[in-house]
Amino acid sequence: MITARRLIRAEPSFGLLNKFWQVSWLYVLLLCTLAGVGYVALYSAGGGPEPYATKHILRFGFSLLMMLSIAMIDIRFIARFSYPIYALAIGLLVLVLRMGHVGKGAQRWIDLGGLQMQPSELAKIALVMALAAWFHRASWERVGNPLFLIPPALMVLLPVGLILKEPNLGTAVITAIMGGCVILAAGLRWWKVAALLAPLPFLGQFVFNHMHDYQRARITTFMDPESDPLGAGYNIIQSKIALGSGGMFGKGFMQGTQGHLNFLPEKQTDFIFTMIAEDFGLVGGLAVMGLLALIIMGGLTIALRCRHQYGRLLALGITVNFFLYCFVNIAMVMGAIPVGGVPLPLVSHGGSAMLTVMFGFGLLMSVHVHRDVEFAQREE
Amino acid sequence: MSQQFKRENKRSGVFTRRALLIGAGQLGILGALAAKLYQVQVVEGERYSTLAESNRISARLTAPTRGRVLDRFGVPVAGNKLNWRALLTVEQTDSVDATLDAFAKVVALADHERARIEREMRKRRRFIPLVVREFLSWEEMAKLEVNAPDLPGIFVDVGTTRIYPFGPALAHVVGYVAPPNDADVAEDPMLALPGIRVGRAGMEKAQDVALRGKAGATQMEVNAVGRVIRELDRVEGQAGADLGLTIDVALQNQVLKRLGSESASAVVMDCRNGEVLAMTSAPSFDPSLFNSGVSQAQWVQWTSNRKAPLINKAAAGVYAPGSTFKMAVAIAGLEAKTIGPGSRINCPGFLDLGDTRFHCWSKNGHGSLDVRNALKHSCDVFFYEVARRTGIDRVAATANRFGIGVDTGIELPGARKGLMPTKAWRQRHGHAWNIGDTISCGIGQGYIQTTPLALCTYVSRVATGRAVEPHLTRSLGGAIQHGVQPTDWPALGLPEQYLHLCREGMWAVVNEAGGTAPAARVAVPGVTLAGKTGSTQVRRVSREAREHGFKSENLPWEFRPHALFVCYAPYDAPRYAVSVVVEHGNAGAAAAAPLAREIMTDVLLRDPVNHTEPPGQKVADRA
Repeated sequence: MITARRLIRAEPSFGLLNKFWQVSWLYVLLLCTLAGVGYVALYSAGGGPEPYATKHILRFGFSLLMMLSIAMIDIRFIARFSYPIYALAIGLLVLVLRMGHVGKGAQRWIDLGGLQMQPSELAKIALVMALAAWFHRASWERVGNPLFLIPPALMVLLPVGLILKEPNLGTAVITAIMGGCVILAAGLRWWKVAALLAPLPFLGQFVFNHMHDYQRARITTFMDPESDPLGAGYNIIQSKIALGSGGMFGKGFMQGTQGHLNFLPEKQTDFIFTMIAEDFGLVGGLAVMGLLALIIMGGLTIALRCRHQYGRLLALGITVNFFLYCFVNIAMVMGAIPVGGVPLPLVSHGGSAMLTVMFGFGLLMSVHVHRDVEFAQREE
Repeated sequence: MSQQFKRENKRSGVFTRRALLIGAGQLGILGALAAKLYQVQVVEGERYSTLAESNRISARLTAPTRGRVLDRFGVPVAGNKLNWRALLTVEQTDSVDATLDAFAKVVALADHERARIEREMRKRRRFIPLVVREFLSWEEMAKLEVNAPDLPGIFVDVGTTRIYPFGPALAHVVGYVAPPNDADVAEDPMLALPGIRVGRAGMEKAQDVALRGKAGATQMEVNAVGRVIRELDRVEGQAGADLGLTIDVALQNQVLKRLGSESASAVVMDCRNGEVLAMTSAPSFDPSLFNSGVSQAQWVQWTSNRKAPLINKAAAGVYAPGSTFKMAVAIAGLEAKTIGPGSRINCPGFLDLGDTRFHCWSKNGHGSLDVRNALKHSCDVFFYEVARRTGIDRVAATANRFGIGVDTGIELPGARKGLMPTKAWRQRHGHAWNIGDTISCGIGQGYIQTTPLALCTYVSRVATGRAVEPHLTRSLGGAIQHGVQPTDWPALGLPEQYLHLCREGMWAVVNEAGGTAPAARVAVPGVTLAGKTGSTQVRRVSREAREHGFKSENLPWEFRPHALFVCYAPYDAPRYAVSVVVEHGNAGAAAAAPLAREIMTDVLLRDPVNHTEPPGQKVADRA
């Protein structure tokens, strides 16, 4: 097909109001419900609307406006900025290594005129954008060419390496998995997937064997925090007690004793899911997980309905990112995996994480609104 | 056009399949999480459901018992004693002041103790007990129990405190413990638990991590006022491992007694495997004083004492080895082929080098000597000449192989390695090496510094030809550690012929007419001892003084030479090595050799390495 180089089609039928109606309001409703769960949990954690719950809902309102605004931006316009945004995110990662301040032993935060942010969160979304842009024009045959795969591999490894240096092992692993999912969906051959995954266990064993004793002890504690009841394991043990004392139906709203008597540390951020499951029991916990599953499936549906590769890959990456967030947090509070410091998106207290998550959902919604647009074809 | 459409179709088809696959994976993982949540909340959670609405579950940590330190026969040399203490739980009393006032009426409470309690009260949470008074006597406990109704919040509890049954005898080897500081706690949060002590010196410090153990945790249901209703779960802590030393504590005591009031040290080793059987440094100190804090007066008394009781002279005291170094010089010469096994050197009583004259201790000289007789008479000129021919760097290399000037491998923190000078060492300090320095080193003077422990190692290596390393750890948690078998140690790699020449010389020193240390002959039937004396000047003696009938006994104590003696026995089947250093003891032959003889006799009669249980009272019989 031969078309002129057009970036945005001036379609009168595709005005702002029309676009506004195109937004998936059902999906927005799901997000609002999740934020509502956050309000309830933070109300319980704070013993009232202050100090967390009110702030949370105000932040959500602001983030929602931002998300809807982003949804109005044409996806082709966003696509043009994929690489610059990626470059910006890498720049911020380098900056945080040089001048970011150290919180809990790692440099993760950077201060942008009063607003603190974690560049690694932005980097994840920027990585998805860059990968989507790279594979947008790649045919199935082209993806089969190993040389073609070198740049995207570097695109993943660069931010992963920088995040590892902070050091933030958890986020680095999440970033790598997410990047892998996008490349897989773009058409990476299965035998290459197998070739990449197969040596991993041996590599891990090799590194483990060549460590100092104290490093190994640290890894062992990391894998099994309950073996160290005075250190990392303390939080996990308290969280499991709280979950267990919640039982099937919970102790009732604001009746959870473990959380409220301050046995539970960081209950408004990392351990918010524990608060919910203590107050409302297994029923409450499963309800929240069901809600998360709906949001994830909704995101995938948007990806599947999109008619251009850029939107499909972007929507998929954002959904996988959200899923990994939820998985790491919930698995952590149950003591199933060791990572710490990952909040539950839209539920935990904290503004920076919410802004980045809603920025991602804004892009997702833009993909949905612009699912049928045609990208200009490059002449080949 | 249609081809492009096809390609697009292929690609979106792949995407759809793979996106569905990823979605299914995500749902699967969420399902697994839900199952895990069911397990944590319902299956395992049953035991966490509290009996009453207002109850809660509290996790408390229990301190592990510190491992004991035992001697080679299992006699405890550091143990734990029950320590009855009065604790106060702040949330169980209406008025802390009233409770403490009532307490003071039963058991006197000083102002500084009350100040400490109030300070701790502000730092801790209300449900964590504070120590009001430790080390309660039976009488005090009885009084507290009788008056319990008037003392709300007070309860009596038992903890442990460290005791050292042999006190000063093993203070330098075993070391001592003290309360942890903030840096320790930052490294291991377990140390924040009340009553925990960390090793601060000696083996208590060297093996601290093994001795420490692991904290346990108890989960219990407590009611609204903090009373424990039931115990839900208990993770037993792990008591620290018992540390078995190579030391024989009865022998150690005996050796320390032999040293008397001298400022001296002695080391006894099993020369076949490097086990340290006794390591004494006199005078000593009482290590249990560190447990609860040392008084200012006591500290000043220790640190101002010129005999330095706090220093472990056996491992951290450095001395020039003097004539005891001559075996190393002889072997360096033999190794470098600057002398042969049958070489003779003439001693006219001095060696002239340029315009400097180096004297032999015998003014009239020894005449022509071979290696064996040079050692027997401890001729200085012979070894001046060997050192001159061999050069300092080759002498140093051989000395290092014997353990002089290098880390001996002993576990003790604060052990020093002394110094074996080389040309490169001197250059690093901005000086050129003079030939005169080599000459001094030939008789173990000059820059050479070594410890009694290293000397004992050196003699063991000469006696056995194995590179044994001195060590104090025999077993940990009952498991015998590496190093017990002589074959655990590699051969030195020196020709047996050279070593044998030195052994013969050392035998002659003690057992032949004209040797320098006839006083070291042991009175044990069938056993002969081989040894070597040494006396090292603390201050240079001028030729004038020497010619005017100088006597070092007339010097003030701190300027008198150190007296050294090293030996091993039995001569024909070496088993024990002993080194003795008497600070400012004048002559090795007069001050150190008889002491070494007494110690070696004690060792031979007791023969600790051939017993698995403490051998009878033979040592005590002799005392």
